Amino acid sequence: MSDALHAETIKITSGNGDQIEAYSARSLDETPRGGVVVIHHLPGYDSQTKEIARTFAANGYNAVVPNLYWRQAPGASPDDAAATARAQGGIPDEQLVSDVAGAADYLKGLANSNGKVGTIGYCSGGRQSFLAAVSLPIDAAVDCYGAFVTGTLPEGFPLKVTTLVDRTPNLSCPLLGLFGNEDAHPSPAEVDELEAALQANGKAYEFHRYDNAGHAFFSVNRPAYRPEAANDGWERIFAFYGKHLAS
Amino acid sequence: MCTYITEKIAIEGSAKGASGWIKVTDGSIYLDHPVHAPFGHTLNIDFLAPALGPSGRVAVELSQDSARALVKAIQAVLDAAPAGLD
Repeated sequence: MSDALHAETIKITSGNGDQIEAYSARSLDETPRGGVVVIHHLPGYDSQTKEIARTFAANGYNAVVPNLYWRQAPGASPDDAAATARAQGGIPDEQLVSDVAGAADYLKGLANSNGKVGTIGYCSGGRQSFLAAVSLPIDAAVDCYGAFVTGTLPEGFPLKVTTLVDRTPNLSCPLLGLFGNEDAHPSPAEVDELEAALQANGKAYEFHRYDNAGHAFFSVNRPAYRPEAANDGWERIFAFYGKHLAS
Repeated sequence: MCTYITEKIAIEGSAKGASGWIKVTDGSIYLDHPVHAPFGHTLNIDFLAPALGPSGRVAVELSQDSARALVKAIQAVLDAAPAGLD
């Protein structure tokens, strides 16, 4: 397998027809392969998330990161865009689903696509990866410590979202969940609730829960980074996608 | 977690950012993930000039202890100021 890749900022067409910015990292190997939609975390469409996309491309996948804040803050720096989006209470779920649909279509349209697409998201993106997988035909979804898939939204919570566990019957693909046992949201009990819902609905899933790790343990530029959990998590991700996104 | 806990206030004043001084009219105060400060969650203040778009922002990210100290210091300075100053 070649590790040659091409990465660049592009425009993609969202599912609702809007043109939005995205970061594409594509394998240059012409053999058909799967694609991954990388859903960025609350702090935005940042350099660390783009590095994740390049990591997928270097490991043989096509990857794309839609800039989820493009509509709210076109052309702004990632931190200013994130501040603008959070001041508005986040982005609507409908917009997220539309943007992931457009990103998936972009990946499927690449010359070296095998037609399969996975999603992965971190933090708020973990919930959004699950949201995409209960809303769209996805082949493999990864939820990295997404809060409020289950549980209860705190009173007065300003983000206009709902929990998603009631939509578990609509999950279109296997789910890989990676969680820190020291995380408060999702707490171990909230992960238990999701696991119970997956079992009750006969859904294929694989959960890994890490001791000595809390929220955002994949974030290499933050004090929450836990290399032991993150390294094992990356191995789980590649094994999962290797199984479900293969030709 | 992404808390989204935010207080918004109207303010009058100026702030100096990357492009120089700007007139700010709005403030967002929130506890959430920082972009730069080496903590999991920080008390963040955005001094905003919405008319300038998303880049009309001067931001600070403070540890929670620092933020509490700042609140006390601001209050102390205001209380010590002579009455009647514009």
